Amino acid sequence: MILLKFLEKSGELGLYYINQAGRMVIFLLHVIISTFKLPYYKVSNITKQIYIIGSLSIFVIVFTGAFTGMVLGLQGYNTLKKFGSEGLLGSAVALSLIRELGPVLAALMVTGRAGSAICAEIGIMRNSEQIDALECMAIDPHKYIMAPKFIATIVSMPLLTAIFNVVGIFGGYLVGVKLLGASEGSYFTSMYKDVEFQDVYMGFVKSLCFGLLIVWICAAKGFYVHYERTGGFGAEGVSRVTTYAVVLTSVSILVFDYFITSLLL
Amino acid sequence: MNKLSIETAVGFFLIIGLLCLAYLSVKLGDVELFGTKLYPVKARFTNVSGLKEGSEVEIAGVKVGKVSKISLYDYQAIVELMINPEVKLQGDSIASIRSQGIIGDKYIKISPGGAEEYIEANGMITETESTVDIEELISKYIFETK
Amino acid sequence: MNTEPIIQLIDIKKGFGPQQVLKGINLSIYEGKTTVIVGESGKGKSLIIKHILGLIKPDSGKVFVFGKDLNKMSGKELKEIRSYFGVLFQNAALFDSMTVFDNVALPLRERTRASEGDIAGMVNEKLKLMDLEGSNEKFPAQLSGGMRKRVGLARALVLNPRIVFFDEPTTGLDVAKSNEIYRVFFRTQTKLGYTAVIVSHDVPKIFKLADYVALLHDGIIQDCLPPEDFQTSDNPFIREFVEKTMGLIYESEEVEG
Repeated sequence: MILLKFLEKSGELGLYYINQAGRMVIFLLHVIISTFKLPYYKVSNITKQIYIIGSLSIFVIVFTGAFTGMVLGLQGYNTLKKFGSEGLLGSAVALSLIRELGPVLAALMVTGRAGSAICAEIGIMRNSEQIDALECMAIDPHKYIMAPKFIATIVSMPLLTAIFNVVGIFGGYLVGVKLLGASEGSYFTSMYKDVEFQDVYMGFVKSLCFGLLIVWICAAKGFYVHYERTGGFGAEGVSRVTTYAVVLTSVSILVFDYFITSLLL
Repeated sequence: MNKLSIETAVGFFLIIGLLCLAYLSVKLGDVELFGTKLYPVKARFTNVSGLKEGSEVEIAGVKVGKVSKISLYDYQAIVELMINPEVKLQGDSIASIRSQGIIGDKYIKISPGGAEEYIEANGMITETESTVDIEELISKYIFETK
Repeated sequence: MNTEPIIQLIDIKKGFGPQQVLKGINLSIYEGKTTVIVGESGKGKSLIIKHILGLIKPDSGKVFVFGKDLNKMSGKELKEIRSYFGVLFQNAALFDSMTVFDNVALPLRERTRASEGDIAGMVNEKLKLMDLEGSNEKFPAQLSGGMRKRVGLARALVLNPRIVFFDEPTTGLDVAKSNEIYRVFFRTQTKLGYTAVIVSHDVPKIFKLADYVALLHDGIIQDCLPPEDFQTSDNPFIREFVEKTMGLIYESEEVEG
């Protein structure tokens, strides 16, 4: 009897998650199709989203990038010094930033700053019937609301990651060379020599994928807030789904990071 | 939050971002965007163990190009080099594979020759010296002295 | 008068999980008339409207709009049908990030090729009709509930729809504000001549506007009658509803008289 009930419950839960996943995939396809449909686009819509997602994230990206680079300089210098190869500090800092830390940390920061805002905004639009209103005006919300956000995030992520990397490299330079006294010449020469196009390319691909992940998960979670199992209505529903979206996005960024790396290596 | 400031901020962001991206890919990733047109030269070696695509090509210690492709033809290694156009290679130049230090990276050293003719694009460097295999050398030394 | 209904719901059933909300809705709406759906809150009145708008698919049953089956339409046809609709949502559903003007202009900008100048003319005309001159640059958050509803109505009417849906147009407003909404409604309907479908529980005031009143009880439309007949209907549920909602007023009138 108890076993039966358990089976029923877990089946229900399994079905719920399968539905959820299916909805998200359909949502993504719908957005992609509507993005390329109709030549009729408002540049100002996309500009505004790039402003919100990209421009407003610069500060936090520069800040975290600088400190990440600085701590890499500090750690790297002290570790490399044991082997007498402080000369490799530049390439160590640059490689770890470009291949791993830049894309991942920038993506996590953007998730926290912009992803949560996307999810909450769309969730509130859903709950206050604004999305229904759009549909009734025969305006496709996938195209009108989602597509500009998708485009803006996918454009912004590689640029934010690049800013993160460059600021990080100079942060590492500041600590490693100016503060700890590694040789200035070898910091940059080792960097220029050891960083290959392959590395920059890998970081670029990662940042594109992470951008898509962020906007996809956060937008879809907000869009389907009314389907949430735990109740997606009211302010509490939106706040819960936003938290969930941020956690899910962060986890998937780290998981996908592994798979992308293993694919591209 | 008027219209101008949004557009300014977006423009600022795009320019900064693109500059950083350009710095990373051109300066660090060695992408030749508006760079000089390099010309290809081939060389045949019996052993290129340790040489990689992207390895440097030097004359007198100065970098003049890099290895762009390594392939196998008739059980020999064909290495394609991309050379700076200002640098002309004489027909009897010698390409040899050297390493920076005992365990350092392999690179190609070109010793200029004295011939009047220069090697054209897609031409072949005929005089080559292959990798010196340290393990082989050591074992040979050990076994020969026995 | 055209006797063919322009909207017809046939045996609509809809449930959420174990809960059966609509148990077979049959309702006809006639062109140029005002049909009011009354009933207790939270029993699926708004859900009926969402079925007609095609926002929700019924578990079973059919919705005919202009004689076509809504659930067998292609996306393009549905879009076209919806261009004849105007909707005033319960909370007006204005876009928070846009000004009043942009909110009302949105359907024009996205659905038509009208120039900005023409758009401004049409928007200002509708805002004037709603007594909303001078609030063009305000954001929805700066407006009172009544004003928000009027902006919502202006947006619903801006494409000159043939059918306008009102989801609880006066809920959450005080008496003066709701009278204002009714006045605006009256004025616009006589001017534009649209068919209206109103979901409300503002009984008995709403009877004055209605050509037909339909009572939703227990997931079924009990009956759809002109207001006078509605108030004297023999249907036990309608009787009960009329007594519950109107009895008090008659008593107080007696006391006053």
